Order: sequence, then C-alpha cells, then structure tokens
Amino acid sequence: MRTLFTVFAKEFLDNLRDRRTLISALMFGPLFGPLLFGVMVTQMLKQNVVESDELLQLTVAGSVNAPGLTRFLEAQNVKVTKVEMSQAAARDAVRRGTVPVVIVIPEDYPTLFASSAPAPVFLVADSADSTTRKTADRARRMLAAYGSTIAQLRLQVRGVNPEVAVPVAVNDVDVATPAGRAVVVLGFMTYFVLFALLMEGLYLAIDSTAGERERGSLEALLSLPVARAYLVGGKILATCAYMAISLGLSLTAFVFVFRFVPLERIGMSANLGWGTALAFFGICLPFIPLGAALMTLVASFTRTYREAQTYLTTVLLVPTLPIAFASIYSLKTKSSLMFIPSLSQHLLMTSILKDDAVPLVDVLVSAAASLTLATLLFWLTARHWRRESMLG
Amino acid sequence: MPTHDRGKVVIEALGLSKRFGRVEAACYVSFAARDGEITGLLGANGAGKSTCLRMLYGVLTPDSGRACIDGIDILGETSKARAHLGVMPHATGLYNNLTARENIQYFGTLHGMRAKLLKSRIAELARTLGMEEFIGRRVKGFSQGQRIKVALARALVHDPGNVVLDEPTNGLDVMAIRNLREMLLSLKAQGRCVLFSSHVMQEVAALCDRTVIIGRGRVLADATLPEIRQRSGCDSLEEAFLQVLGGTEGVS
Repeated sequence: MRTLFTVFAKEFLDNLRDRRTLISALMFGPLFGPLLFGVMVTQMLKQNVVESDELLQLTVAGSVNAPGLTRFLEAQNVKVTKVEMSQAAARDAVRRGTVPVVIVIPEDYPTLFASSAPAPVFLVADSADSTTRKTADRARRMLAAYGSTIAQLRLQVRGVNPEVAVPVAVNDVDVATPAGRAVVVLGFMTYFVLFALLMEGLYLAIDSTAGERERGSLEALLSLPVARAYLVGGKILATCAYMAISLGLSLTAFVFVFRFVPLERIGMSANLGWGTALAFFGICLPFIPLGAALMTLVASFTRTYREAQTYLTTVLLVPTLPIAFASIYSLKTKSSLMFIPSLSQHLLMTSILKDDAVPLVDVLVSAAASLTLATLLFWLTARHWRRESMLG
Repeated sequence: MPTHDRGKVVIEALGLSKRFGRVEAACYVSFAARDGEITGLLGANGAGKSTCLRMLYGVLTPDSGRACIDGIDILGETSKARAHLGVMPHATGLYNNLTARENIQYFGTLHGMRAKLLKSRIAELARTLGMEEFIGRRVKGFSQGQRIKVALARALVHDPGNVVLDEPTNGLDVMAIRNLREMLLSLKAQGRCVLFSSHVMQEVAALCDRTVIIGRGRVLADATLPEIRQRSGCDSLEEAFLQVLGGTEGVS
C-alpha cells in the first residue's frame, strides 16, 4: 500500500512540474475544449436561425422575361436585385462566391409560360456551401409557391376546383421536446467530455511508461524489491488523478460556456447546471480508470515518447467509436447498451441532458462494466511489466 | 552498516545460461564476488556482461543455473535478495523534474525505508559523495559527473552490502571517471562487495582485485590480475588479456 502511494505521489509531483503535462491537462483540454464547443454551437445555431426572421435577398437575372414572378417575389418581401447576366456568368459568380444564389430566367420563358408549357427557371446555387444552403432552400420554396399559385389559377380558369391538385395534405407533428431538440446539437458535447478526459491522461500515461524507458530510469526501478503490480498501479492511479481533475475543470467550464450559448433562440433548453455537471462527473468517474489502464497498457509496449504518442492517438479513437456509431444510428438508451463502456456514459449523459429518467440500475451496470474492463486491463499491464521484455 | 567478512563470497553466479532466440548471451557462467573486494567483469561489447549482471539482480530469468546474493536465491526470494543489493544499471536515467534528493528519496521509500532514517542516510550520502551543493536542485541540467553521483547514491540509499554496477564509466569524462573510481574504492574500504562490468581494460586493471573475463557468453578467466599475467606468460596486462581472449575479440 505504501509502495502504491509512493509511486503515485512521485508520478503526480513529477508531472505537476512538467509544463507540457500541465498545459495539456489543465489548460488545453478542460478550457479550450468547452470554449471551442461553445463557439461552434453558437455558430451552428446562428445558421439555423437565419430562416424566417431575416430578409431574403435574391439576385434575379432576366427579370424582364418574368415580370409576374418578380412581382410575386417582391410581394413576398424578398429583396430582388435585378441584373443582366447569362447563365454561364451566373454560374461563375456563384462559384466565386460573389453572389450566394442567382435565379436565371431564360428568354424562352415568356412564350412557354404563355402556352402553359413548363417554363424553365434556373436556380444557380452551391450546395456544398453550408452558408448559402439556407438561402437556396428558401428561394426554391418561393419558386415552388409561385408555381402552385399559378397552377391553381390555371385550374380555376378552366373551371376545375384547385383542391383536386392537392391530393395529400401533409402536417408535420414534431414530438421533440425543447431539450430533446437541443440534444441533436449538444450530442457531441459528451464526445468532447470523454475525448478530453482521455487527452488529459495521455501525457502521464506516456511519461510513466515509455518516458521512463526513454530516459533510462526504468531498469533501476525494475531492480527494486517492489512488486511490479504496485508500480503499475501507482502509475495508473496518478494518471487517474489527472484525468479526474481535468474532468472536473472541463465540466465547470461547460457550465459557464452554456450560459453564453443562445439555445433559447430556437426554443431549446439545455439542462446543464451544477447538479447536472455533478451527475456527469459521477457517470464518467468509472470510465477514468478504464481509460488510464488502457493508455498505460498500450504505452507500456512502446519504446519512445514519439512511438507512444503515435499509438495512443489511435487508441484515443477507440473509446470514441461507439459514440460515433450511436450518433449515426441514433441509438436510443437501452439497458443492454450499458455494458459497453464509453457508449453507456454517452447515453446516460444524453439522457440527463434530455431530461429523461435515468434508472439507477443503468448507472450501476455502466459503472460495473467499465470497472471490470479496467481491472482486466490493469491485470494485463501488470503481467506485461513482469516480463523480461519490459526492459527493452 | 551490515557487517562484512573480507574475502567472503557474497555474490555467486552458478552456471547461468541465457539465450535470446539464436544468440547465446550467457553459457554456464559461474563466478563469485567477495566482500571487501572489487570484482571486474571484463569483456567486449556484446560479450554478455549485461546479461550476466541482469540475471544477478533478477530482472532477467536464466534458462538454467541460479544466482545468490548473501546466500539468498535471487529468483526464489527476489525482494529479500534485492534488499542486500544496490544496483546501478547501464542506463542511469534520473527524473529530471525532481531534485537530486527527491530522486534518492523515491528509491529509498520504495526500498521500504522510514522517513527519518532516509533523511539521515541521504545527508550522509550527500556528504560522502560530495553532493551537498546540488542535492536540493532539480536534476535537469546536471553534469554527467553530478548525475552519476545521484545515480550511485540512489543505488546505495538502503545501505546494501553489495553493489553491482553495469558499465558505470560509460559516457563519463575524465574527472567523473576519477570521481567514480574513488567512490568505488571507498565502498571497498567500507568492506562492501563491489561488482562492475566494463569493456575498458585499463579501468579494470586500475581498480579490480579480481577479474572475470567474459567472451561470447562464456567465462574465459576468473582470477586475480597477477594470476592472469602469470598464466598467460605475458608481462604486459594488455598482452595477457589478448591472450585470454584468443585475440579475436576487440577489447579496448
């Protein structure tokens, strides 16, 4: 026990004095992550909000060919900029980004329109540009609205009830709660939390293993009358301590960042106060020894700092994969998924964000599964440390 | 300080053999090191010196044979045997973010020493090794000579009767080598058993009471210097060493 504490204390102190570890553990992850997240989410929300309240500005080329359409647009409160521009020129302009969207009305429009044949209109837009996509969508909807108005008028003129042309009336019923809608945006916050958590332990996991080997202090350490399991245990515990500290810091930062994210602008509410942060801490706590043991195990096989870094950055992706899967397949919280570490933490945190009930059993299963795997990894690490090949 | 009977065998290698794949790093290596003597393990690079020493302090397990420290089997009772042994491996890396004192303290605590005893022991080592000036400074930026002192103090912190050093002079400048030599001689004067390996003949000749010459994993000679000289019939030590080695392997 004393050995365990001695190793823990030494690693803790050693890394506390290491500027690299300190910056990564206490600055980069916990502060930079949430800040970046806040900026990103705010930006995303702004783009979503563009919608209804902003004036739609459209560039129309060849407006003289379609005075009716132009009037319709203006009546719909669209600010129409009339230009003379060929289709090719419009394409160029959009590609260069000088105009977001151009509606091109060709010369054969009036004749075809008059003969009730489909009259061509070109909507020139760049669908790869996320900033103008909203404008293009709105322009498309405007044109469709104009089309259906004209269609109804034509049917009326021919003595047909325009309603026959509307066989299905679609009504959207959205059951998402405001908090639930927020989760779509905030879904990757949990990813941020777990990823940052691993990042913080990374340097210590490397320093206490590959670093020990590289600076040549490993053999002296292994020649001591000390059980290797205690050495490994102390090192993993020190890594855990750093991860726990930075988890606390990053959750604190998140609480502050969320005060400045304008979620309410789109009718969302984020359930992230001090209570939630504390619950998140509790949920993530069993994940800490798992991450620490995993990284220490992998780093134990490497010879140098650089090699360890290469492998570990790949390893960092492993625990985040289930979360990516969960978002792609929109996995719902299920008790059976609680056996999968990282995914279970992600789902539990998401449930809390959504204001859903979280069964205590799920929390316990999630913790037990993570701790069991952590124990297994610790055992594997200790076994590897007992090997001769550990000397390198 | 443990009691020492000069000349008593305290480190024993008994038929140690070790293979790494197809390489026979040690083949039935037997030798002994005694209290109050400096024993040198001489051999070219790759002759198997480090392998032998590593089996002695139990970080390598021999394929056959055994090693005893003060009569304690290193494999059977590793921790107990290691308590009698101070080890300075080939790599003498220190923790740069810790002070010299903290480096030594760490190992002392892992040896199970109590804080009070440890404190007085470190003070004593600082005095005898001449580290008082820099004992409280962080190791980062230390000279080779200062580092070797800290590494040696780290190996001696638990006051072991026996000291094993693997190529201790490697990478040291002249002053540091001279310092180290004095330190080893004072360990001998205290009655301890000192066993060190080297590929530098002059080093061994200058210090050792007894020399074990190793080549290709085998013991080629195990005798005092005069004996080796006599047996080979050569006057100069260099000639004698070359004779023993069969003139095939380069010993500088």
